[in-house]
Amino acid sequence: MGSQTLSLPKETQPNLAVSVGHRENWGESNMADASPRTDTSTDDTDDKNQRLERNLSTAIVPSDSSDKSKEKSGDQKTLRRLAQNREAARKSRLRKKAYVQQLESSRLKLTQLEQELQRARQQGIFISSSGDQSHSMSGNGALAFDVEYARWLEENNRQINELRAAVNSHAGDTELRTIVDNVTAHFDDIFRLKGIAAKADVFHILSGMWKTPAERCFMWIGGFRSSELLKLLVNQLEPLTEQQLMGIYNLQQSSQQAEDALSQGMEALQQSLAETLANGSPGPSGSSGNVANYMGQMAMAMGKLGTLEGFLHQADNLRQQTLQQMHRILTTRQSARALLAINDYFSRLRALSSLWLARPRE
Amino acid sequence: MDTIRDLASEKAVVVFTKSSCSICHSVKMLLYDLGASPAIHELDRNANGREMEWALRELGCNPAVPAVFIGGKLVARSAKDIISLQVNGSLKQMLKDARAIWL
Repeated sequence: MGSQTLSLPKETQPNLAVSVGHRENWGESNMADASPRTDTSTDDTDDKNQRLERNLSTAIVPSDSSDKSKEKSGDQKTLRRLAQNREAARKSRLRKKAYVQQLESSRLKLTQLEQELQRARQQGIFISSSGDQSHSMSGNGALAFDVEYARWLEENNRQINELRAAVNSHAGDTELRTIVDNVTAHFDDIFRLKGIAAKADVFHILSGMWKTPAERCFMWIGGFRSSELLKLLVNQLEPLTEQQLMGIYNLQQSSQQAEDALSQGMEALQQSLAETLANGSPGPSGSSGNVANYMGQMAMAMGKLGTLEGFLHQADNLRQQTLQQMHRILTTRQSARALLAINDYFSRLRALSSLWLARPRE
Repeated sequence: MDTIRDLASEKAVVVFTKSSCSICHSVKMLLYDLGASPAIHELDRNANGREMEWALRELGCNPAVPAVFIGGKLVARSAKDIISLQVNGSLKQMLKDARAIWL
């Protein structure tokens, strides 16, 4: 900033040096300190100029001829000083303008960011307001998964449209098989992604915050219930052979039994965790024994929480296995129709969530 | 190893668990739900628990529990194995073959 060099007559230097010092603060990090003085320094310069001009105008009337030359050089110095002051003031005003503009745009940006933050919070995305590193790490894991999931959903929709077109155009089994295999492989992808995300933030996956509200409400251990899905499909897959019907029915029963077993395991976990946390030992508060107890309790509870990831993993495993077994029972064409039916169900559930959220309220 | 083998052949269905393991609880519940009456051995409540855990690991169980034997044979080294067997219908069939359940 300090590129201007003022050659000042010595006697006036002290005054202007002070103003220059103020002006030099534009655009530097100590802005906050300088800002209260910003308005006054240019005013000071203007005042000084006005004073100088007044002196000049009064001095212009010559007293006698012998002083003329002296006064002339004095006037010239004063004129030069005036010009330099005006120049300095002008530059100072420009810098001030630039600084204010910068402040304005920063303020706008801040408002925008605050709005985005508010919107994200409303959607339930966890955003820590502390600068804590571990907080932001888990927040990033959740956010990263949400982004991945959105991308996965897009690709899934694209593949389903491709499948629908193939089914409607009565495509051959080979072509159908390829697309069905693609959709199945894509489903394997989301299970894999959930597994990775669960390592970073198991609660985010279990909470279902990455799903729409209606999906979330009827969720089971971080995802859909395979047995329910099969119940919905049976009617839409006709005609089924006797053997296929038995197969689908048995599969539905098997997956339901496995679901119940996993649910009971989760309940046992919750009970065990509750018992661990509830074991308080009465005694004088603040005693070292109490602190050791508390820490021991927490350590045990932490270990138990760690098994949640295992349950989610097994639940996803059950979903994956059930879909695989279903495809083994069905023909290629039936598999294609099953995948379309599953997709229709979930996309309608998602649409329902949107409608619900947008419904008019009295 | 002998301990495991001996225990595994004592009954049609034998399950090794730990009292603190909730996934093991799920496996137990599934077997009960299918109608079986498995013998349960909790490693953390057994005097020979350490050796048994070592022996199970030697047999490829990692983690050591849950481990399921049907008809003396190790059929599931993990919850994932049990779920696979359950979903494809093999578990029920194996239980029937070992006379652990009747239709």
